Amino acid sequence: MRYLLLVCGEDQAHKAMEADGSFVASCHAWADEMRRRGMLLATGGLRPPGDATTVRVRDDQVLLSDGPFAETKEFIAGFNLVECSDLDEALEVTAKHPAARYGTIEIRPLVPT
Amino acid sequence: MSGAVEAAVTRAFREEWGQIVATLIRVTGDWDLAEECAQDAFAQALQRWPRDGIPRRPGAWLTTTARNRATDRLRREAVGAAKLRQAAMLSVPDEPGDDGAAASGVPDDRLRLMFTCCHPALAFEARVALTLRTLAGLTTAEIARAFLVAEETMSKRLVRAKGKIRDAGIPYRVPPAHLLGERTASVLGVLYLLFNEGYTASGGADLVRQNLTAEAVRLARLLVQLLPDEPEAGGLLALMLLHDARHATRLDAAGELVTLEDQDRARWDAGKIAEGVRLLEAAQRQARPGPYQIQAAIAACHATAPTAADTDWAQIAALYGQLSRLVPSAVVKLNRAVAIGMRDGPAAGLALVEQLQASGELAGYHLLPATRADLLRRLDRRDEAALAYREALELASTDAERRYLTRRLSETTSS
Repeated sequence: MRYLLLVCGEDQAHKAMEADGSFVASCHAWADEMRRRGMLLATGGLRPPGDATTVRVRDDQVLLSDGPFAETKEFIAGFNLVECSDLDEALEVTAKHPAARYGTIEIRPLVPT
Repeated sequence: MSGAVEAAVTRAFREEWGQIVATLIRVTGDWDLAEECAQDAFAQALQRWPRDGIPRRPGAWLTTTARNRATDRLRREAVGAAKLRQAAMLSVPDEPGDDGAAASGVPDDRLRLMFTCCHPALAFEARVALTLRTLAGLTTAEIARAFLVAEETMSKRLVRAKGKIRDAGIPYRVPPAHLLGERTASVLGVLYLLFNEGYTASGGADLVRQNLTAEAVRLARLLVQLLPDEPEAGGLLALMLLHDARHATRLDAAGELVTLEDQDRARWDAGKIAEGVRLLEAAQRQARPGPYQIQAAIAACHATAPTAADTDWAQIAALYGQLSRLVPSAVVKLNRAVAIGMRDGPAAGLALVEQLQASGELAGYHLLPATRADLLRRLDRRDEAALAYREALELASTDAERRYLTRRLSETTSS
């Protein structure tokens, strides 16, 4: 099954991650291990919500707005698309992700295609 | 004849429902289909057993009937190769190992079902509801009544939980060794809650809730049988039996609370006490203590004391000390204070209770002032005791507790 791991957190968690000198390296190590196990389909860190643009189309009109979809204190800072045999395996790899120690990681199963 | 058939079906329902549903979930992967086909099989038994006689192995008859029903349904609904494969799988006869699954090392389907129902990715109340529905066979209406929610609410809770198991890929299996401890704790937690919900229920109107105690004991027995190497399972079953043995004496004829000290020990269930003690000793021989075994040991101290005065308070105080190191809970500390008050006298207990009160950990919990009141009363500090009883009365949540505290208060203020 495929799961999208959404790395969420508020500003404070974000700052704590940045202050942790080994954080980026440990994220790379996590991704390397996931690739070695053949489980990582895609991964990425996101620019802050201030750089977001939202798009809607209504009555053939393209409507843009500046900023994220939802104005909340918590925002999505990164994602990983992984292939796991079941939720237990997804829980295991998520708990090992370095960001789980600072923020929250939401596991969303993908609709099968 | 029809009475005998009804009794046989009722017994088969109690003994076989969980097994049938668990097996059908494994072979079909479809929780709703499994429940519906199990229900159908029991309906057919009610029709056919009076005519054909009660089968020699009712469980096997019911499982085969339910499987056939599932095969029919899947064939009829088959839209793709996957469904047809499922249907084909279902018509495969039972593997020879099916009967003695536990003995042959193949995990019992009911154990898979227990762990899946109690998966920590499900909300706690959903785990409880799923366990009652799929393992114990209670109807949604019964579960709703037991937990005092509308049937529709309970129905939604079950649908959502089953949906998550399916869509989020919660595996249907006994967890691997590195997860087994934490997952077993979740199963034990669900069973203990079921027991307590039933145990604290009282009176005729609460019959559905009282039934939860029996279901919890039955499921705990099953768990002990399926997980013989887990001493906490034996500890939990022992704890349940040792409490249940005293159930009839908890309330008097008028429905008033009777404290442990004043209960009629001749009416305690000696069979349950003996079984509880035996189970506890077997668990303790595995030399891996845990919170349930310690609580069972405390319950055993009470249950085996011939009179209240014979209670081994030194041992109970030591056990509460051990428990509070494993489970850092203020309630455990309060119980330890009570035991020390019994061992070393009320002044020693009161000192500990006052420390707890100063920590603020149990603010709003009626048993804190109630315990203090009791210790003050024994020290003959009546005015302070009365004040503490009044404080407890304001916080108590049930009528029976309020009546008990009122009685104590009037004893303290009169004469």
